Amino acid sequence: MSNESAVGAGSNGLIYNDAVVRNFAIMTVVWGIVGMLVGVIIAAQLIWPDLTYGIPFLSYGRLRPLHTNAVIFAFGGSALFASSYYCVQRTCQARLFGGSLAAFTFWGWQLVIVLAAITLPMGMTSAKEYAELEWPIDVLIAVVWIAYAVVFLGTLARRKVKHIYVANWFFAAYIITIAVLHVVNSAEIPVTLTKSYSAYAGTVDAMVQWWYGHNAVGFFLTAGFLGMVYYFVPKQAGRPVYSYRLSIVHFWALISVYMWAGPHHLHYTTLPDWAQSLGMVFSLLLLAPSWGGMINGIMTLSGAWHKLRTDPILKFMIVSLSFYGMSTFEGPMMSIKTVNALSHYTDWTIGHVHSGALGWVAMISIGCIYSLIPRLYGRSGMWSTRLIDWHFWTTTIGIVLYIAAMWIAGVMQGLMWRATNPDGTLTYTFVQALAATHPYYIVRFIGGLLVLSGMFLMLYNVRRTIAGERADSLTPLAA
Amino acid sequence: MSDAVSLFVVILSLANILGVVWLFWTMRKRRSGEAAGDETTGHVWDDDLRELNNPLPRWWLWLFGLTAVFGAVYLVLYPGLGNYRGVLGWTSASQHAELQKSVEAEAQKALAPFAGMSVAQLRGNPAALSVGRNLFNDNCILCHGSDGRGAPGFPNLTDKDWLWGGTPEIVEATISGGRIGVMIPWRDTLGGDQGVEDVLAYVLSLSGRSVPAGDVAHGRQLFAANCVACHGDKGQGNALIGVPNLSDNVWLYGGSVATVRETIARGRQGQMPAHGDRLGELRVRLLAAYVLSLNDAGR
Repeated sequence: MSNESAVGAGSNGLIYNDAVVRNFAIMTVVWGIVGMLVGVIIAAQLIWPDLTYGIPFLSYGRLRPLHTNAVIFAFGGSALFASSYYCVQRTCQARLFGGSLAAFTFWGWQLVIVLAAITLPMGMTSAKEYAELEWPIDVLIAVVWIAYAVVFLGTLARRKVKHIYVANWFFAAYIITIAVLHVVNSAEIPVTLTKSYSAYAGTVDAMVQWWYGHNAVGFFLTAGFLGMVYYFVPKQAGRPVYSYRLSIVHFWALISVYMWAGPHHLHYTTLPDWAQSLGMVFSLLLLAPSWGGMINGIMTLSGAWHKLRTDPILKFMIVSLSFYGMSTFEGPMMSIKTVNALSHYTDWTIGHVHSGALGWVAMISIGCIYSLIPRLYGRSGMWSTRLIDWHFWTTTIGIVLYIAAMWIAGVMQGLMWRATNPDGTLTYTFVQALAATHPYYIVRFIGGLLVLSGMFLMLYNVRRTIAGERADSLTPLAA
Repeated sequence: MSDAVSLFVVILSLANILGVVWLFWTMRKRRSGEAAGDETTGHVWDDDLRELNNPLPRWWLWLFGLTAVFGAVYLVLYPGLGNYRGVLGWTSASQHAELQKSVEAEAQKALAPFAGMSVAQLRGNPAALSVGRNLFNDNCILCHGSDGRGAPGFPNLTDKDWLWGGTPEIVEATISGGRIGVMIPWRDTLGGDQGVEDVLAYVLSLSGRSVPAGDVAHGRQLFAANCVACHGDKGQGNALIGVPNLSDNVWLYGGSVATVRETIARGRQGQMPAHGDRLGELRVRLLAAYVLSLNDAGR
C-alpha cells in the first residue's frame, strides 16, 4: 500500500480518510460470505431437518436470526458504511469529520457483529425480528450509530461545495431514521445482563416492532442503498444523473410514505382495522416513489448502454435496480389485504424478501465494492473482469432459482392451507403442504449455493487485486 | 380511541397523503428558468458527477395518481382514518364471522345425511368415514398422528387397546368430554431409587421382561401395597378410571426400561381436551366411527 496517499487525495490536494472505507469494504466481502453461508445452512436444514444432529447452538431457530443479522447489518451495514464514507468525502470535498471517531464506528460495528455471532447461537434473544440482540448490544449499537451520525453529518457540515449531492440526502435520511427506529423499538427493561423484556406489550409491541421492521427495510435496505446508487451508478456509467427533479420528488415521497407502511405486516391480526387499512393505503402509495429511484438509476445509463457489454460491474448495478423495481412492485401488491390473505406466513414472503435482499441490496453492494476496491487500493481495475462476470451470472441465476422456487412454493402453500372440503374441513393437513414444498426447498438451496459460490469468487478477486495484480485489462476504469 | 386522538390521527394521515400529492402536482412541470432536460443543473461534484433535469415521466405521474385515487376511494369505503368506519361498514371481525357462517351452512348440508345415524351405522358407511377422516385430520393428528398410531403420551388408536374403553358410547364420551389421566410420582413413597427399581422389575416381569438391578419379589410387595388400587392385583388396569393394563406390553409413554422407570419415579400427566362444545354431537359421532374403524380388519 505504498501509494496510499496518492489514492486518497482529493482534487484540492486534501487527504481523505480512506483507511476506514477500506476496512469496511473488505469486511463487506467477509461478512457477505459468513451471512450467506449461514443462510445456505438453514436452507439445508429445511430439507434435511437432522442436518446438525440436534446441537442446540446450530438449531434453525438460533441460526436464522444469525443469518438475517449477518446479511443485513454485517454485510449490508458494512457496505453502507464504506460507500457513505467514501461518497460523502468526495462529494463534499472534505475529510471525514471527527478524527478517529470514524475508526471507532468501524471497530464498534465489528464488535456488535461478533457479539451477535456469539449471543444468538447461545439462544440469547429479545425475540424481536431483525432486532434480536439483547440490551447491552443494543446500547452499543446506539452509541456506534450516533458516532456514525456525527461523522457523516459533521462531514456534510464542513463541505466545500454549496449543494448537497443527492446521494448524501439518502445516506443522511437513512442514518437519522435508523437511530430513531433502533432507540424506540429496542426500548426494553433489563432483567439480567443477557435478558430483557420489551417496554411495550401485546398489539402495541407488535405495531412498534413492525413500524421498526418495515422502516428497517425502507431506510436501511432502501434509502441507504439508493444513496449508493446515486454515487456509484453515474460514476461507473460515466453519465450524469437522469433527473434532479425526479430525485427531489421521489426522495421526499419515499421517506415520508415509508413511515406508515408497517401495519401491512399485521393484516388480519388484533391490530385495529383502521391501522391495517391505513398501512395498506400507504404501501400502495409507496409504489411510485420507490420506482422513482429505479427510473433515475436505470435512465442514468441512457447513452451508455453499450458499456453493459464490457462492464460486469455495471451489469450488477442495472440488474440490482431491476430487482429493486420488481420487489417494490411486489411489496405493495402483497400489502393488499386480499393478496396478503393468501401470501402471509407462506414462503412467498421469503421469496419477496430475497428478491429485495439478494437481487437489490446484495447486487448493488457487490457492484459498489467491485467499483470501490481498485479506487481504494490505487489499481486500474479489479484483478479479473472475467471473474466478475462469472460472479454476476452465478448470482443472477442463483437469485432467479431462489425467487422462482419460493414464489411457487408460497402460492402453493397459500392455496393448500385455505382449501376446504364441502364438509367444512381443511382439504390438506399442514404436513401435506410441507411435503409438497420439499422439492422447492431443494431448488432454493441450490440457488443459495450459487449465490454463495459467487461470493468466494469475489473474495479471491479482491485478494488478488489488493495484492496488486491484474489478470486482464478489459475495462479501464472510467474514473 | 378517543375523539381527540382520532382527530390527531386523521389530520396526520391526511396531511402526509395530501402533502405527497401536492409534491407530485407542483413538481409535475418544469418551471421556466430551470435547466432544460438535456442540460445539467450546473452543479458538479467529485470532478464528474452532474445531474440532468429531465421531466418526470408521464406514465410515472399517472401511476402515482392511480394509487392516490385508489387510496382515497379505499379510505372512504373502508375504516382507515381514525374512528371513521367507512361507507361499507366493513370490519375484519364481521368478514370472519360471515365467512365462518357460510362455510358452516355449506358443511351442515354435507353433514345432513348422517344425522340420526348410530356410530355402528356410520362405521359401515364409506361416505361417513371419509368425513370422519377429514375431521380427524383437522382435529386429532397433531397428537395422535396422521395414521392414528399415536406418539409417546398420546395413545395409539389402531391397536384395539383402549385406556378408557372401546365401546362406541365410551369413545364418543372421550372425544366429547375429554380425559385427564394422572399418575402421581412414586419415588419417595417407594423408598427411593431402589424401590423404584424393584417395582420396575416386577412391572416388566408382568409382560415377561426382566431387569437385572431390581428385586422382583420386593417389587411385588411394593406393588401390592401401593399400586393395586388403580392397576389391579395382576396389573390388569381399570378402564373405568383410565388406568393402563401393565401386562400387555403396550406402553402409553414408551416401554423402554428407562421410560417406564421415569414413569414410576416421576409420575405422568396426560390430557385429552374436550371437543364436544367445539365440534357438536354429530361431528363427534362421525369422529368416533372413524376412530373405531381404524381397528377394523383390512384397514
